[in-house]
Amino acid sequence: MRQWFLLPARLWTGLFFAIPLCIVLAYSFLTRGDYGGVELPWTTESYLRLADPVYLGILWRSVWVAAVSSLLCTLLGFPLALFIAKSGKRKVFYLQLVLLPFWTSFLIRTYAWIFLLRDTGLINTVLQALHLISKPLPLLYNDGAVLAGLVYNFLPFFVLPVFASLEKMDPALLEAAADLGATGWRALWRVTVPVSMPGIVAGTVLVFIPCLGSYLVPDLLGGGKTVMLGNLVQNQFTSARDWPFGAAASFALLGVCALLAALLLRNRQIRSVL
Amino acid sequence: MISEPLLELRDVHKAYDGRRVVDGISLTLGRGGFYCLLGPSGCGKTTTLRMVGGFENPESGEVRLNGRVVNGLRPYERNVSTVFQNYALFPHLTAQGNVEFGLRERRLKDCAAQALRALQMVELADKASRMPAQLSGGEKQRVALARSLVLQPELLLLDEPLAALDPKLRKQMRTELKRMQRQTGITFLFVTHDQEEALSMADQVAVMNAGKVEQFGTPEEVYLRPATRFVAEFLGLVNWFGPVGVRPENTVAARGGEGLAGTVEDAVFLGNCMHVTVRLFDGSTVISELPAQGALRAGDAVKVRWAPADEMRFP
Repeated sequence: MRQWFLLPARLWTGLFFAIPLCIVLAYSFLTRGDYGGVELPWTTESYLRLADPVYLGILWRSVWVAAVSSLLCTLLGFPLALFIAKSGKRKVFYLQLVLLPFWTSFLIRTYAWIFLLRDTGLINTVLQALHLISKPLPLLYNDGAVLAGLVYNFLPFFVLPVFASLEKMDPALLEAAADLGATGWRALWRVTVPVSMPGIVAGTVLVFIPCLGSYLVPDLLGGGKTVMLGNLVQNQFTSARDWPFGAAASFALLGVCALLAALLLRNRQIRSVL
Repeated sequence: MISEPLLELRDVHKAYDGRRVVDGISLTLGRGGFYCLLGPSGCGKTTTLRMVGGFENPESGEVRLNGRVVNGLRPYERNVSTVFQNYALFPHLTAQGNVEFGLRERRLKDCAAQALRALQMVELADKASRMPAQLSGGEKQRVALARSLVLQPELLLLDEPLAALDPKLRKQMRTELKRMQRQTGITFLFVTHDQEEALSMADQVAVMNAGKVEQFGTPEEVYLRPATRFVAEFLGLVNWFGPVGVRPENTVAARGGEGLAGTVEDAVFLGNCMHVTVRLFDGSTVISELPAQGALRAGDAVKVRWAPADEMRFP
């Protein structure tokens, strides 16, 4: 009886995830058609092309942007999660605030950043009105804007697992630390941070993986200049009309993510907060 | 010369949300003994221990260590250490790392060697590199003890130290704790709700009820000469004959002779002895603890008696 409960999910992921994935895998080994699409014969040429310095550069750039985003999320998110975990009865309220952005669509939230950052946007208008600057700061269409957008969108994915691991931490551990001589910052560094490390690692990967594959944020806020793996894939299927190469790039991305996820799930403590 | 007491509590009070948890406790502990705070849950024994440990502050009254008032001092600023109920071992550190924690905070030399010696004392040196999750309950307990003892506190506080262990291990750890106390000469103060544990381990027991100490004395004193009805009943079964209480082991039920007449209602075999329940003619029941070979059976007519010396009287 129990296995029947899984049937709807199995059908769904089978039809709409596994089968399309197999199709993309097949495409990645075919030859590009003249007007998009794919043709025979089978070839590994698309994968070989990924080794081209141009594309390795894009891969490196994606890893770099994702890593910086993860780091920023850690610096912003850990204190936030700690604050919420120590908030007693108001915990639920603060958690809802963290989740509040999910009430609007990802696309709209990202668009909103354009209205904040552009030359005639809120920030530049206010700064100019206060005569702090004479001409608009170039806030939009650069790496900074992409990082801001990524951190903003994925911060909750960091805060939640870290909160979960801080929440599970036995308060007696801090009392034991105080008993042994560590309070305040010492206790934070020697007990709270290491004890919540499974949550920090889980949160970091939960930010890193979607950042690595993101294409909307670099597209909208990077102004097309900040090409990441996601944008490369999109371009191949649209303007470049090279479906096999796009498919191969997708699989390269999938491979990196799957490897990270596999490493992560091997750790029992990390599994427990995901 | 009278040496200064190690720990002195003077009229200590503590309340949470208006509920008086500790309601005027005064207690004096000498140096080098094994002391126990015994009482039912909610009697304020753990709060008292936490005020000595430095995790709570009294609202009024004084906590003195070596004659010095320590109210408001942080846990590590007083020469005491606490073994927590669930041990509170740091899950990210090995057994050795846990024991080294306090030494490193004090910036001492030879942390590793000292920690290893402490682990040797609790017979865990061979498991020094295990993580807490890989240790059994009894082993965790030993690590927690070593972690505190390595700092050589004057007073070691133990919060229900045996509650999380299974019954067999519990009895073994009682002897073990006694041994460690004697070996180190450190004063131990532990909290428990288990009277058997208190009687078998402590040199002196403070029996607590509703935030107050009802009696402070040796196990013999509190068991044989309880100061109050509460103490008498908390430490063991009591048969009440008006204001007079008699323990079952001092209450004799026999077929003939003098005594109060009654009928055996039930006879329960307990291995080393029997508990015979007798209904007296006034309708009350008493329990008599008799040798297991006793031939009393339900329905037997018996006489119940006791020696006047075994009477416990309360006004």
